[in-house]
Amino acid sequence: MALTEKMTINMGPQHPSTHGVLQLILELDGEVVQKATPHIGFLHRGTEKLSEHRTYNQVIPLTDRLDYLAPMSNNLGYCLAVEKLLGITDEIPERANVIRVMMAELTRLKSHLVWLATHALDIGAMTVFLYAFREREAITDIYEKVSGARMTSNYIRIGGVTADLPAGLEQEIREYAESMPAHIDEYEGLLTGNKIWQKRTMGVGVISKEDAIDIGLSGPSLRASGVDWDLRRDAPYCGYESYDFDIPVRTECDTFARYKARLDEMRQSSRIIIQALDRLQPGPVVADCPKVTLPAKEDVVNTIEGLIHHFKIITEGFKVEEGEVYVGIEAPKGELGYYLVSDGSPMPYRMKIRPPSFVNLQALPQMVEGRLLADVIAIIGTLDIVLGEIDR
Amino acid sequence: MCDQASVEKLKAKFSSAVLDVIEFRGELTVMVEKGRIVEIGTFLRDECGYDFLCDLCGVDYMGQQPRFMVVYNLYNITTKQRLRVKVGVDEQSASVDTVSGIWSTANWPERECWDLMGISFNNHPDLRRILMAADWEGHPLRKDYPVQGPDREPYQSRLS
Repeated sequence: MALTEKMTINMGPQHPSTHGVLQLILELDGEVVQKATPHIGFLHRGTEKLSEHRTYNQVIPLTDRLDYLAPMSNNLGYCLAVEKLLGITDEIPERANVIRVMMAELTRLKSHLVWLATHALDIGAMTVFLYAFREREAITDIYEKVSGARMTSNYIRIGGVTADLPAGLEQEIREYAESMPAHIDEYEGLLTGNKIWQKRTMGVGVISKEDAIDIGLSGPSLRASGVDWDLRRDAPYCGYESYDFDIPVRTECDTFARYKARLDEMRQSSRIIIQALDRLQPGPVVADCPKVTLPAKEDVVNTIEGLIHHFKIITEGFKVEEGEVYVGIEAPKGELGYYLVSDGSPMPYRMKIRPPSFVNLQALPQMVEGRLLADVIAIIGTLDIVLGEIDR
Repeated sequence: MCDQASVEKLKAKFSSAVLDVIEFRGELTVMVEKGRIVEIGTFLRDECGYDFLCDLCGVDYMGQQPRFMVVYNLYNITTKQRLRVKVGVDEQSASVDTVSGIWSTANWPERECWDLMGISFNNHPDLRRILMAADWEGHPLRKDYPVQGPDREPYQSRLS
């Protein structure tokens, strides 16, 4: 028997395949990982602490910086939580809700495209990276047109959205959504039947249904382990219950299943976007709650009430009834939850974010232990983590 | 989606340990006795179907008794219902039993709660700091921890 010695290696936090500043301490026996210990916190910015010292509106830009690959989902989750706390959920105008759904689904595409690009690149399929980033660029352009920013959008606000869609954008989004299934076919053509891709993903990072629930996986990772779970259907928000879409569930529980689940989800997202565009009717995009939402610019300039409301909301915010709510939404990476506690002041007393990546990353050690070192790369990719929201 | 039935079951089984039931905006919050959280958690998972722990966190109500609350946001995958369980934790002991034996999810959130709020979890398998550096002093999410850091004047917002 050959004499072997265990080796401890350090992966990250400056490793390109750890998708940000994730550090893994790996104990290896030859090429087999015996123990993996993740170290996080390198990007901790104290978002929860900062939010206790800002008015409810001032917190929205902080949420952009959590999952920076899907900023509008973060905006949306936070705004829904504040709206629930205020009790104005039913007053959000129809057009605002439709725009929110459309943006949330574009965000899902945007996030999944980056996941696909980097995951494939990590495993060695470089072409997909270029294709996926080409499509992602178009969504970034749409972001810029609606919000003025390509990544930190700050678009979805308490009571609605910042501004209506600019002229001509609906057509652009429609063309984009209609072209998406063909692009997904293109990615699948490069990967799904590819023997190398299959060898690197099938049977890798298997996590059973029971383990996945126990460890708290959510989103596509949970659905690929055979759990029929989707908050868009199970706890609908923004009118998701009225859209027609399927929820892809797979039972193989491996990296390939998660890959297929996400790609199928992208097809559903483009379906939802087209449905949203079909029902987009002219109308207000902000709720009529003068104490909470900013008045229109012409009202600020021409009426005394508008000026007062504008001044009060900007200088001191709005007071929120004492209470607490938890709102979870189906973000691209899983359940994004906001737990908000109000003490009646204009600033959150406590805001706890439940980032999907944080909980999903917890499953990493049990998925990699006993596997080869090269599989660690594939498994980090398949969990689709973003350190911005893990570290907050 | 309120789950009154589970709360009734919980009350019937642990009448003395259920301290309060609050409903706000359609969400149920059950305050329970700290010492029996593991029992109650196991009961909620096995008998009421709350198999998914969404989130666990601490809240600092400085100046009140007890000072801290540990909040468990639970979800039932089958019935798609939510339930929130809270336990009060006093400042002196600042500890509560771990629920990571019931839901493995609790492992990291409990570490985070220890790291940022300074509430320790008895019998936790690996209670280390998680977001802050290992040699950090203090617990930043406590209300008496200044937002600009321990070595500077407390932050005065425009509103205070």
